[in-house]
Amino acid sequence: MAALRQFGKRVFKARWAYFFVLPNFAVYTVFFLIPVLWSMVLSLLDYQWWGMEFVGLANYSKVFANPIFWKALVNTAYYTFGVVPLWLGKALLISALIFPFRKPLQTFFKAAFYLPHVTSAVILSLIWMWIYNPPFGLLNYILGIFGFDAVAWLGNTVTAMPSLILMQVVMGGGSSIVLISAAMNGIPTYLYEAAELDGARPAQIYLRVTLPLLRPTLLYLVVTGTINSFQVFTNIYLMTRGGPQFSTTTIVYMIYDTAFKQFQFGPASAMAMVLFVITAIFAIVQFRWLGQEVEY
Amino acid sequence: MLVEEKKTRPGHYLSFVFLLGAAIIALLPLYWMVVTALQQPTLTVSFPPEWFPSNPTFLNFQRFFGRPHVLTWTTNSLIVALAVTGIQIFTCAMAGYAFAKKKFPGGNFLFYLYIASMMIPGQVTLVPLFLIMSRLNLLDTYAGLVLPGIAGPFGVFLMKQFISTLPTDLIEAATIDGCGEWLTFMKVILPLAKPGLAVLGIFTFMGQWNQFLWPLIITNSSSMRTLPVGLALLQEELPMQYGLLMAGATYAAIPMIIIFLMFQKYFLRGITVGALKG
Repeated sequence: MAALRQFGKRVFKARWAYFFVLPNFAVYTVFFLIPVLWSMVLSLLDYQWWGMEFVGLANYSKVFANPIFWKALVNTAYYTFGVVPLWLGKALLISALIFPFRKPLQTFFKAAFYLPHVTSAVILSLIWMWIYNPPFGLLNYILGIFGFDAVAWLGNTVTAMPSLILMQVVMGGGSSIVLISAAMNGIPTYLYEAAELDGARPAQIYLRVTLPLLRPTLLYLVVTGTINSFQVFTNIYLMTRGGPQFSTTTIVYMIYDTAFKQFQFGPASAMAMVLFVITAIFAIVQFRWLGQEVEY
Repeated sequence: MLVEEKKTRPGHYLSFVFLLGAAIIALLPLYWMVVTALQQPTLTVSFPPEWFPSNPTFLNFQRFFGRPHVLTWTTNSLIVALAVTGIQIFTCAMAGYAFAKKKFPGGNFLFYLYIASMMIPGQVTLVPLFLIMSRLNLLDTYAGLVLPGIAGPFGVFLMKQFISTLPTDLIEAATIDGCGEWLTFMKVILPLAKPGLAVLGIFTFMGQWNQFLWPLIITNSSSMRTLPVGLALLQEELPMQYGLLMAGATYAAIPMIIIFLMFQKYFLRGITVGALKG
């Protein structure tokens, strides 16, 4: 009883802190926390407009029995493992190359590579549909100069997904470049000087000094890049509608299609839960794998 | 020392040329968008494509603005983005201040809850949010567009990070001087947190202006669509009219590009601040 009164006193003393947190927390609870929890519940329900019924894991077995769902999982993995390493490689290369330049020039290049990020995925998708357009697009025109035949880049099962990946890699990586550059500027110069005194060549310095010290930044980029790529939707919706023959159907596109075209809210929630679990597993594994502390 | 030496290396020029080439490739699609938009509509689908429009014209823009609802979509995008940004900045600053400078029972737990939810893919909430909105009769309304936007955990995290760096003495001094808690927040914290608020504001605005999936789901009358959704629907309606579509894309892209060029410093800084470890 006394402990409870003590606790009440502490809460009362901190009443202003609660007051400051409350507006945000209320909205966050109603429009984020509750939806997350409800999504878990929904995945166990047969939900229709006129009512709902508890069906246990039936939605999950239905989802896992659907070959297109497995295809969507594979496609999402394909997309993610295509985009994330290429993205990161591009960002590492470019930030290593701009590092020796003077500050204004560094800023100029960072801004140039970041610029496509400020436009929406809708705009980029429209532009790239135009570039990929089989008879009149820019890509086939440029390849035609070199004697290649026109390809329907988004129209066949072999090139559709690589085309989506290529677009993402060409336009993306800007924020990774900014982050890696910032991390590189944070590495104390005496480390480089010491390595140089020991006779290390620039490539050795990069591999042995710079790269290991960039580890926390790279960890962050891999985790956020993976989570973002798992959620790819807008490009798919505009450019391929998941086709041809489901070759670009990703998990989120399938969730959208199942919930808002077929109005099967239960199975869609089960898919969302699978996405949730996969994302969580990846985040944890990547933290374990890359996450040892850095020591100077 | 090291930097000086590197500047004289011939490899330096080589890497400059490489970087310039890479930057041109990254920006080429945006350039191509503008060129196509300024092209004569009939020339859009002609070979060979012109790298510089020989006869630039605003005909495509005229045809784009001749479509119904274009200005309504713009206003909708603006209303939603401004409302979300304003509310986000204020509520996140309040919560961030409490987490940064006040100790209270449950405070750590709540903050970790926010951090953990940043790992949850937003799509997990899609279906339940839609059902909640339909129960609240908010489908196809501004409230339906705005409310989920202000619930994100990222802003609280960002503001907590930023306000933590402000000197605690100053806040205590203000409290001793007889400023109440509310006045301390309004007169001391908010002005000091301005750079952080600017970063959060810019990124929130950009995210909302460009958002696609949620507005696509929550709206269904064409007068409630936002600009990106409107553009996507226009593409479905007129799939091969690339001149007109590129004019629309240019129109939607330009405000963000101008904001970026004006506030570049905040953008580039914001990316770094946002990634700081909790």
